[in-house]
Amino acid sequence: MITSFLIKSLDRTIVVTVAILLVLAALVPALNLLTAPDHPLHVPTYLVSLFGKYLTYALLALALDLVWGFCGILSLGHAAFFALGGYAMGMYLMRQIGARGSYGNPLLPDFMVFLNWKELPWFWYGFDMFWFAALMVVLVPGLIAFVFGWFAFRSRVNGVYLSIITQAMTYALLLAFFRNDMGFGGNNGLTDFKDILGFNIQADGTRAALFAASALALAVSLVITSGIVRSKFGKVLVALRDAESRTRFLGYRVEHMKLFAFTVSAMMAGVAGALYVPQVGIINPGEFEPGNSIEVVIWTAVGGRGTLIGPIVGAILVNGGKSIFTAAFPEFWLFALGGLFVLVTLFLPKGVVGTAQHYLARRRAYRETSRPENATGLADAEPLAAE
Amino acid sequence: MTEKTTKSLLYLDGVSVSFDGFKALNSLSFIVEPGELRAIIGPNGAGKTTMMDIITGKTRPDAGAVFFKGDIDLTKKDEAEIAQLGIGRKFQKPTVFESHTVWDNLELALNRSRGVFATLFYRLTGEDKARIEEILTTVRLTARRDDLAANLSHGQKQWLEIGMLLAQEPELLLVDEPVAGMTDAETAETAVLLKEIARTRSVVVVEHDMGFIRDLGVKVTCLAEGSVLAEGSIDFVSNDPKVIENYLGR
Ligand SMILES: Nc1ncnc2c1ncn2[C@@H]1O[C@H](COP(=O)(O)OP(=O)(O)OP(=O)(O)O)[C@@H](O)[C@H]1O
Ligand SMILES: [Mg+2]
Repeated sequence: MITSFLIKSLDRTIVVTVAILLVLAALVPALNLLTAPDHPLHVPTYLVSLFGKYLTYALLALALDLVWGFCGILSLGHAAFFALGGYAMGMYLMRQIGARGSYGNPLLPDFMVFLNWKELPWFWYGFDMFWFAALMVVLVPGLIAFVFGWFAFRSRVNGVYLSIITQAMTYALLLAFFRNDMGFGGNNGLTDFKDILGFNIQADGTRAALFAASALALAVSLVITSGIVRSKFGKVLVALRDAESRTRFLGYRVEHMKLFAFTVSAMMAGVAGALYVPQVGIINPGEFEPGNSIEVVIWTAVGGRGTLIGPIVGAILVNGGKSIFTAAFPEFWLFALGGLFVLVTLFLPKGVVGTAQHYLARRRAYRETSRPENATGLADAEPLAAE
Repeated sequence: MTEKTTKSLLYLDGVSVSFDGFKALNSLSFIVEPGELRAIIGPNGAGKTTMMDIITGKTRPDAGAVFFKGDIDLTKKDEAEIAQLGIGRKFQKPTVFESHTVWDNLELALNRSRGVFATLFYRLTGEDKARIEEILTTVRLTARRDDLAANLSHGQKQWLEIGMLLAQEPELLLVDEPVAGMTDAETAETAVLLKEIARTRSVVVVEHDMGFIRDLGVKVTCLAEGSVLAEGSIDFVSNDPKVIENYLGR
């Protein structure tokens, strides 16, 4: 009974969240572009981009929740998929610079000219076209996740071991992208972007549009993930999270189920990264830092794993806190973050949203059962209750 | 021998498996006919659960043959494939999906396509609904259909797991200690339930409860130290001096 209430409330929460995101996608750009800077409701551009960035983090956390919250895969390498999506977008943005770079080379990005390269490496082909780059934003993280998951899940790597190899994966990518001869700008990464789809990337209008795009992407992903977890497939995910071998004995190919969820999740993380890069103006190998992936886990845990809304709330809360906190005491942020994680794990194991949902469901269930007409509603279900 | 393999539903011959040098199964041979209900008894550590692990693909034998329906070699298949072939299993420790409702547990067990996309776009049909409701009645859990499995009593969890097996529509059902921890009334009801189930399929049931075995009134196999000690009616087996020495007398 409690679950049926939970499911109902979850339904409503998703609808409300999507509505909020859609309103924000329209309202924030409007308040930024249509009001004068001294107007009390004016949203300055730096805030638009800051919150746009938070929304991409929220999407990343949502992607993690699909695999961690519902499927039990504690990925400590999800930021890698985010960074890969970011690099795909960054490569498009680099090629949009064209002859406007410091070296004025119409074809080669500045860092390649600097390295004395004569021609564009093959894997940079096609990135001058937005549609191609957009495709790569989902395909590259998806493919890497697929190959990684194929081996890991087939060999039944689970638990801590799985977490460790995801961490190793992001670390390997970090080292690879640091190398200049990989052709992704090495240490400095990709930056100095000029425009996106022909619009100046610094312009207020572009920034507002990127914010709106981030909110929309989050809303769409939320609907997709909610559809996934509420389907029978989603029930299989929860089943294998709680009792993997039992699920196998029911005839489910556990490794296929995990692989699908992991790949979809990596693709969503890629989209998040692609929206992040134009808003912050740079992508460099630091995004592959193992610590980044661990932060995503903390956002998700703080918000509430397995709740879909929780990771979104968690990502925005923690990153909002980080922005405020680092301004005041920059050296102590990591301690604060670690402390927060410990406190949440000890006192709010379901996270902020999970705990709130739990209490709401309990209160509603209590009210329903104490109403007399409800008792008669149940009576037809069971004449056999005598045991 | 080849003749035998083609007629019987399940055929184990000379199956051995050891764990770190300890022989859990020692050249075990065992046959189940179609439609048979068979009881297995034996002391702790006799290898009863290990035998089920072998049949369901959880453990690979070191030696020996395991065939299903005559010519399907189970030692070459994994758990999911074996389940899809029609072998269902109830574990010694009841394992239901605790964070799912009773209804969802049965829906997951239902014998339908189990692929990623089939489950992603699955819609509960009227037929499936009727089937789940029928099973709920059979295992006496209709009143608790919307409760989380975690909130069921121990006996109810056992029944839910039996219900899940029914939903799987297996041809062969392996049931490991179904009445452990049940009250006497629940035990008697479970015996009735199992006999009912065995009308349409083969069932192998492992149990220590001799009263329960007597209630079933079927052919009994006694295992000890990884091989068959005695086989026959309950009176025959329980009067066998080797069985008394190894199991009943202890
Ligand atoms: N995976 C394993 N690894 C190591 N030893 C095992 C494993 N599985 C079973 N064993 C050992 O094999 C022997 C047979 O165990 P099994 O569980 O089959 O006995 P059982 O007949 O089911 O006993 P019980 O009545 O207590 O359930 C035991 O000694 C057990 O410790
Ligand atoms: Mg056992």
